[in-house]
Amino acid sequence: MTQTMRMDLGDWAPTGNESADKAVAGRPLAIEARRLVKRFDGFTAVDGVDLSVPEGAIYGILGPNGAGKTTTLRMLLGIIDPDEGLRRVLGADRPHDVAHAVGYLPEERGLYPAMKAYEAIAFVGALRGLPLAEGRKRGKALLEEHGLGYAIDRQIRQLSKGMAQQVQILATLVHDPRLVIFDEPFSGLDALNQGKLERMMRGLAEKGTTVIFSTHVIAHAERLCDEVAIIAGGKVPFAGPVDVARDRIRPQVRLETRAADGPWRAALPADVRREGRFWNFTLPDTGIEPLLRALIEGEAGILALSIERAGLHDAFVAIAGEAAAKALEEEAPEEAR
Amino acid sequence: MTANTASGRLSTLSAAFVVARRDFTAILFSRSFIFFLLGPLFPVIVAMMAGNIGQKVQENAAAPVLGVAMQAADADALIAARKALDRRIGATLPEFVVVKRLAPGEAFDAKAALSGKGANFAAIVSGPLAAPVLTGPSERIAWWRGPVSVVAAQALGNGPKSYPPIWLADTAANTTADQHEDRTRTAQAGQTLLFLLTMLLAGMVLSNLVEEKGNKIIEILAAAIPMDAVFFGKLFAMLAVSLVAICVWGTVGGAVVLAGAKSLEPVAAPAVGWPAFLALGGVYFAMAYLLIGSVFLAIGSMATTVREVQTLSLPATMLQLFVFLFATYAMTRPDSAIEFAAIAIPFSSPFAMLARAAQDSAIWPHLAAIGWQILWVLLLVRAGSRLFRTRVMKSGSAGSAPKRGFFARLKSART
Repeated sequence: MTQTMRMDLGDWAPTGNESADKAVAGRPLAIEARRLVKRFDGFTAVDGVDLSVPEGAIYGILGPNGAGKTTTLRMLLGIIDPDEGLRRVLGADRPHDVAHAVGYLPEERGLYPAMKAYEAIAFVGALRGLPLAEGRKRGKALLEEHGLGYAIDRQIRQLSKGMAQQVQILATLVHDPRLVIFDEPFSGLDALNQGKLERMMRGLAEKGTTVIFSTHVIAHAERLCDEVAIIAGGKVPFAGPVDVARDRIRPQVRLETRAADGPWRAALPADVRREGRFWNFTLPDTGIEPLLRALIEGEAGILALSIERAGLHDAFVAIAGEAAAKALEEEAPEEAR
Repeated sequence: MTANTASGRLSTLSAAFVVARRDFTAILFSRSFIFFLLGPLFPVIVAMMAGNIGQKVQENAAAPVLGVAMQAADADALIAARKALDRRIGATLPEFVVVKRLAPGEAFDAKAALSGKGANFAAIVSGPLAAPVLTGPSERIAWWRGPVSVVAAQALGNGPKSYPPIWLADTAANTTADQHEDRTRTAQAGQTLLFLLTMLLAGMVLSNLVEEKGNKIIEILAAAIPMDAVFFGKLFAMLAVSLVAICVWGTVGGAVVLAGAKSLEPVAAPAVGWPAFLALGGVYFAMAYLLIGSVFLAIGSMATTVREVQTLSLPATMLQLFVFLFATYAMTRPDSAIEFAAIAIPFSSPFAMLARAAQDSAIWPHLAAIGWQILWVLLLVRAGSRLFRTRVMKSGSAGSAPKRGFFARLKSART
């Protein structure tokens, strides 16, 4: 850690975030960030962000546009420096010192239009320390492997936007990085290629590569991530395992009974709501069993009973607030919701 | 594919090389580079053609011929006198061609002869030798009046009977004053060439990061390598491209010079000698290019569109012109505070030092000046890349810091 960046040793103390606290417990981390702050012309884009990303995890950074996701990732990559706070990437205090082990797909895609696809891959590899000849060889192999063999000798400008994006994703991986950071990787991809990318990310994690991606589509994070950081207004109100986020909300019970009334009703929790034929309420702390007993003994006549665990969306609403959730929904493409 | 377990990073030099290699090949093998190479050759070709035509016109105009229309004996005596004087002052005398040998008492209309078809005389000499009449346009006859009277006097036998011998004492070199003047001309020529080349080539750097920004590649570069390396890579790629262009232009220019060598006045040898002067010229071009280029690159990096870059081109050219004029002024005041200021100010330093190489044979000041200029290149690139990182690489997606115009970005960068 550079002297100017370090506040004091106490900065690496537990943060209250689940995954951050595990870091202190000795779990190996690919990324550690403490109280990162970034201001632009008086505008605080990132305001005290804490992140701890375990090695080999698929980690999602979830938030609406303008929440501070890209700025946070740029600080972690060393593109910009934080105004305050600490960051450590693969054990290095200066992200560029481990550039050979990091792959990055920016939100705004781009390659040199006149370059051939395999050369574009080799060029990105060369920036990450891969010899050009090896990069060209790997570039061709990767394109073949991912069904883009016909595009090897085509210039980027001759490819469709989606294909160019796939080439860029392969370029991100050509040097076989230990840590891959994707900024909004699914935007611009059709459903088929989104599925391919999800499989690719899982494959990377299985090999031990740490995958971090930002998204404003909850479904992707829910399907892929071991852990997520929810970011809104430049702050991270939650960072930790997806299950922990979902457990922030008690499961919801949906009950349908034959009888509309009876002594069993006294056993229903205080927050119960009648919606048509259904009773909806939060699962009590005591569990479902005492209630079931009361329903049976009271001859309520159970027609249907379901206990639904909260989804990540509900957790997001509960953690980040209704407004942030609404913004997130509005930004997500129709097919991803 | 083998796992890349090694961490690490490219050194700034290696990273700059990766960027420079890409840029150099991309520019060199582009169609637009051919047009770029041809561009400056058009004026050269036009100048060459104009020069040839001008030379022909000058040749025609430079050999004035006076027609002679006198009585036969007088005409022959005038021609003989012209011949006799030829060895001594021939270069200052017009040629004489007998138009007509007149019979005694025969009249001759000189005006009609001058305006007649096929007449190609500057003027016509007629009348008796003792009182020749010069007919022609007023400015010409006024000019030839003296030479004609000298030849006529010689023809009448009134010229000098003998000429004292003149012994020639040839000095190997010019006088000190002449030498100084000649070298000043060499210095001026060197500076002008340096200015023309940097003006032609350094402006290209302005738009150098627009491609990366337009194609969103800049973030890939910035995430992988230090921004200093990006700036250095781009600068050196453009320098290499410029050197290729100079080689092409130099070859064509050299051929033109060789073809028309007769008509060229020889340039005085610079004080440090031609080999050292040419080598220093190459180094100072690189330095001038890198110094101005690093500023242009930083300014250009703030621009987001080609239109913004075009708007910036004029003040950039004016800046170069100012630097050139300052260095030229300083050259006329050797060893003055002005010259030292021109040498100390990094942008004018290469121009001032090239002029000094033409006028002063000491080599060590050049080594010191080149070191000074390299230091400034490093500082300017570092400052430019820092400015770029802090001012340009900040906006994420919509909703982060509001987008602002070029001058607002520049202003906030200063504050």
